[in-house]
Amino acid sequence: MSTLIQQTQKMIDEVMDAYPEKARKFREKHVRPNDPMRECGSACAVKSNVKSRPGVMTIRGCAYAGSKGVVWGPVKDVVHLSHGPVGCGQYSWWSRRNYSNGMTGIDNFGAMHITSDFQERDIVFGGDKRLAQICREIKEMFPLAKGISIQSECPVGLIGDDIESVAKKMTVELGIPVIPVRCEGFRGVSQSLGHHIANDSIRDHVLGKNSIDTVTDYDVNLIGDYNIGGDAWASRRILEEMGLRVIAQWTGDATINELAIAPQAKLNLIHCYRSMNYICRFMEEQYGIPWIEYNLFGPTKIYDSMRKIAAFFDDTIKERTEAVIAKYTPVMNAVINEYKPSLKDKTVMLYVGGLRPRHIIGAYEDLGMEVIATGYEFGHNDDYKRTYPEMKEGALIYDDITPYEFEEFAKRLKPDLVGSGIKEKYAYHKMGVPFRQMHSWDYSGPYHGFDGFPVFARDMDMAVNSPAWKLIRRKK
Amino acid sequence: MMRQIAIYGKGGIGKSTTTQNTVAALAEAGHKCLIVGCDPKADATRLILNRKAQATVMDLARERGSVEELEIGEVLLEGFLGIKCAESGGPEPGVGCAGRGVITAINFLEENGAYTEDLDYVFYDVLGDVVCGGFAMPIREGKAKEIYIVTSGEMMAMYAANNIARGVLKYANSGGVRLGGLICNSRKTDKEAELIMALAAKLNTQMIHFIPRDNQVQRAELRRQTVIEYSPEHAQCDEYRALAKKIAENKNFVIPTPLEMEELETLLMEFGIMEGEAA
Repeated sequence: MSTLIQQTQKMIDEVMDAYPEKARKFREKHVRPNDPMRECGSACAVKSNVKSRPGVMTIRGCAYAGSKGVVWGPVKDVVHLSHGPVGCGQYSWWSRRNYSNGMTGIDNFGAMHITSDFQERDIVFGGDKRLAQICREIKEMFPLAKGISIQSECPVGLIGDDIESVAKKMTVELGIPVIPVRCEGFRGVSQSLGHHIANDSIRDHVLGKNSIDTVTDYDVNLIGDYNIGGDAWASRRILEEMGLRVIAQWTGDATINELAIAPQAKLNLIHCYRSMNYICRFMEEQYGIPWIEYNLFGPTKIYDSMRKIAAFFDDTIKERTEAVIAKYTPVMNAVINEYKPSLKDKTVMLYVGGLRPRHIIGAYEDLGMEVIATGYEFGHNDDYKRTYPEMKEGALIYDDITPYEFEEFAKRLKPDLVGSGIKEKYAYHKMGVPFRQMHSWDYSGPYHGFDGFPVFARDMDMAVNSPAWKLIRRKK
Repeated sequence: MMRQIAIYGKGGIGKSTTTQNTVAALAEAGHKCLIVGCDPKADATRLILNRKAQATVMDLARERGSVEELEIGEVLLEGFLGIKCAESGGPEPGVGCAGRGVITAINFLEENGAYTEDLDYVFYDVLGDVVCGGFAMPIREGKAKEIYIVTSGEMMAMYAANNIARGVLKYANSGGVRLGGLICNSRKTDKEAELIMALAAKLNTQMIHFIPRDNQVQRAELRRQTVIEYSPEHAQCDEYRALAKKIAENKNFVIPTPLEMEELETLLMEFGIMEGEAA
């Protein structure tokens, strides 16, 4: 074991010491020093995708959050019904910044909160009749809605409502797809199962149900980009400049028709592997569509990914790709030249969701910064496998980290920047540590692509080098 | 002092019939009684009201939108000998959550003063086995402190009785609920009384009464009456009067000791197999 790994392990042990024996045994499997060589094989892998330990607090979400909040929510011309009591819909209302074009209430329903608002009598007598009535009302109030998704909250599963048969009946009666999604929050250990369930419901009720007349050899699907702060638009622009035709965005600024026609694409490009690998694997098996993972955070990864994507196509695309890279290189270099001097050697701790714990590392590195610790709320083994090589030896990797551990590691590692979510933000601000929300981009964005990198660089500089920190006495 | 009593037992064993006839006997002896039906079928008060209860708590709540819209007088009805009756009501089979309906209904009755001080007895007649938390409501939170389980010598009824004893055990320590005894509603199986007495002994309780089978009960039932109302002179009435008296005077309240499955099966073998029959 190298010294670096030993040092990190020692720090982990110190932090774990505060736990009672049972909790410690459980948690220590989820926190490891990085060993990019993986000489110890799976024995030193971070344990993931298991139930959180009661009592330590977790930052995770639930299956409903994964389906309604992440995968289905951004599909803009579908009304997403939070089916159950009012709270789940109310508190998840517009909490992700997935931008979309259109007129709210006319052909775009993303900013609306629509719920069946279960009352005691709906629990006792079942909510199916009410569900049918709500579907009819939605159709009447929003005649241009292209579909209804039923996002199940916990009670629907507990009382055993048959939402599938209501959905089937309403699909025929209303003439638009009504899609039942069994994403009750108590299912699974995190939001991750909700992603899977949502993928499956798209597969069963939408995928391949429509087609386009003209197809080209350059048709691709942009998958796993939720258009946070306009990310998907920035990504799409690059692909289009390369000469590709994006026929579907999954699901940032998406229409349900895009989900339906996706099987006609020649290639699936997947950004957030965790939340949408399921549908890519299905399209590969069913339609023979290959898929590749890419990364549009920071110029180094952008160039790599563009070339990786271009390699699937003919020379025309390859040449255009090189031309695009040549065009943007000076622009990107200018950004680096501007911000690198003030960000060089600054250290970062991340704790985010699906892809960012590993995908953003390159963007920080482009600015001369180093990610010294990272981890996932709801990652699986395959996410961590993809992460180890991106991190230096001895870097800290954690899974489903608890607020206590996160704060303790931050005290010891003294990062110049912490990137995580809104629940963490103010705790770190109070500790005097610069912080950026890396789920929502802190009301900023995009961070993807050539459009995003300058914004990303500016935001990180703004956070790390804000004169405000000098006015706060940082705890020793 | 008001006594709250819950009657459990396997579905179809005769809980409602036994409860209503016993309550009729108690009323006849001058006690003030209330029956709370905890079954979506709402048939626990039919023999007292001489009709099926038309207004159950949950049905009216559904109609009006919520339980807050009800008046207690709409669901608290009076029948034979001034016996008060309320039904929780609930969904038709296969939808919703009947257990939640029981919880809501009992809370409503409590909060709206159904349990008046002049009452001597409140009887909860609870659907079938203890299927979920809702059906345990009457024995939670210090409501019914006494449980009687209606059973017969049939195997499944005894299984159910044992299961219910487990439910009682669960709440015995936290809520102070106690088992008052088994009521054997005879199905004329072999050595039925001995079998149930043996089961009762194993459960650490008593067989409080053995009700022989008599078609007079069915005749009265067809007329939506208890036997005590339909034919007060009939011998079967005395069985219910005897049971009522035993319950009134009962001092034998225990924490049950439920049997393991194997133990229960052995017991059945001992009593259930005819002499000379191969085991």
